[in-house]
Amino acid sequence: MSLPPFQTVLEEHREDVLRFLTASIGRQEADDVFQETFLAALRAYPRLKRADNLRGWLLKIASRKAIDAHRARKRAPVPAEHVDPGAAPPASSALPDEALWEAVRALPDRQRTAVVLRFTFDLAYRELGDVMDSSEEAARRNVFEGLKKLREEYR
Amino acid sequence: MTADLERLLRDVGPVDADAAQERFVRRAVDDGLADVAYAPVDSPVGELMAAVTRRGLVRLAYEDGRGDAVLSDLAARVSPRVIEAPARLDDVRRQLDEYFAGRRHAFDLAIDWELTHGFTRRVLQSTARIPFGELGTYRSVATRAGNAAAVRAAGNALGANPMPIVVPCHRIVRTGGALGGYTGGVQRKEFLLTLEGTLPR
Repeated sequence: MSLPPFQTVLEEHREDVLRFLTASIGRQEADDVFQETFLAALRAYPRLKRADNLRGWLLKIASRKAIDAHRARKRAPVPAEHVDPGAAPPASSALPDEALWEAVRALPDRQRTAVVLRFTFDLAYRELGDVMDSSEEAARRNVFEGLKKLREEYR
Repeated sequence: MTADLERLLRDVGPVDADAAQERFVRRAVDDGLADVAYAPVDSPVGELMAAVTRRGLVRLAYEDGRGDAVLSDLAARVSPRVIEAPARLDDVRRQLDEYFAGRRHAFDLAIDWELTHGFTRRVLQSTARIPFGELGTYRSVATRAGNAAAVRAAGNALGANPMPIVVPCHRIVRTGGALGGYTGGVQRKEFLLTLEGTLPR
């Protein structure tokens, strides 16, 4: 089996990966995690055994990197003196419905990942399970629980 | 509400994938992960596709609509870590520009011979030593590659040259002065030999 040139993979899937990361961790950090995702992918690429689901492979790496970024952020909160409570988020960083996306990003890791993959990407539950290394059932449950929380918090 | 929520979740808004890709390519090159870096290069003989490895120039192809095939071949035969990184090709591009402008007679580029083997490699390495302004024959390169009888094989080796122009297979003509074939078509061979002032008449 021969792998396509990495450039092709990058061009074909960069938009999806960036959209996934923007939804998962916000516009500010998405670009940094995009770099980490594709660098990790490029490092591992020659050892990849199958090239039939490169999007799923990239989304799996991206979802792990997004979870790492969430954890790093919790460990290192922004120093208090840098926070201006009166300031609105800069317009360029705002997603279309910022309050909703804040609620999405506050979900537990697996629920957040499942909700974004399901709705932002229309992934079927089986595919979702593959990306998240879980069963189809677990994926369905994570989406359900995540949506339930969003409905409670986002009105 | 649920349908509305699901609809809202579909809209992440616009993303700037160009900027993200550009930063990634720079990081990949800096981290030494771009095993094969390539870029298109304009020339008077049509668009070229140039590719380098850490060892040097590995491929220079007449694009002719087969850029994708050239990249797939590099992915299969050198490394699938093929990245478009024009900055890595600056030196190659500059030297080709100078050559076509008539200001450069010899290329000062490291060559990665990985795509060639055995007799073919010896024929091409011997061809690489023929200077600007001179011609060789299929028989002479076959002889210098160690097999004077393998004139036809020498022709095949030159036809498989992965780095035309830089490895000047256009300088090889038939004994007696007929042009012979060329990997990019005989018209290009004529153009290059005219540029070098050695087109046989």
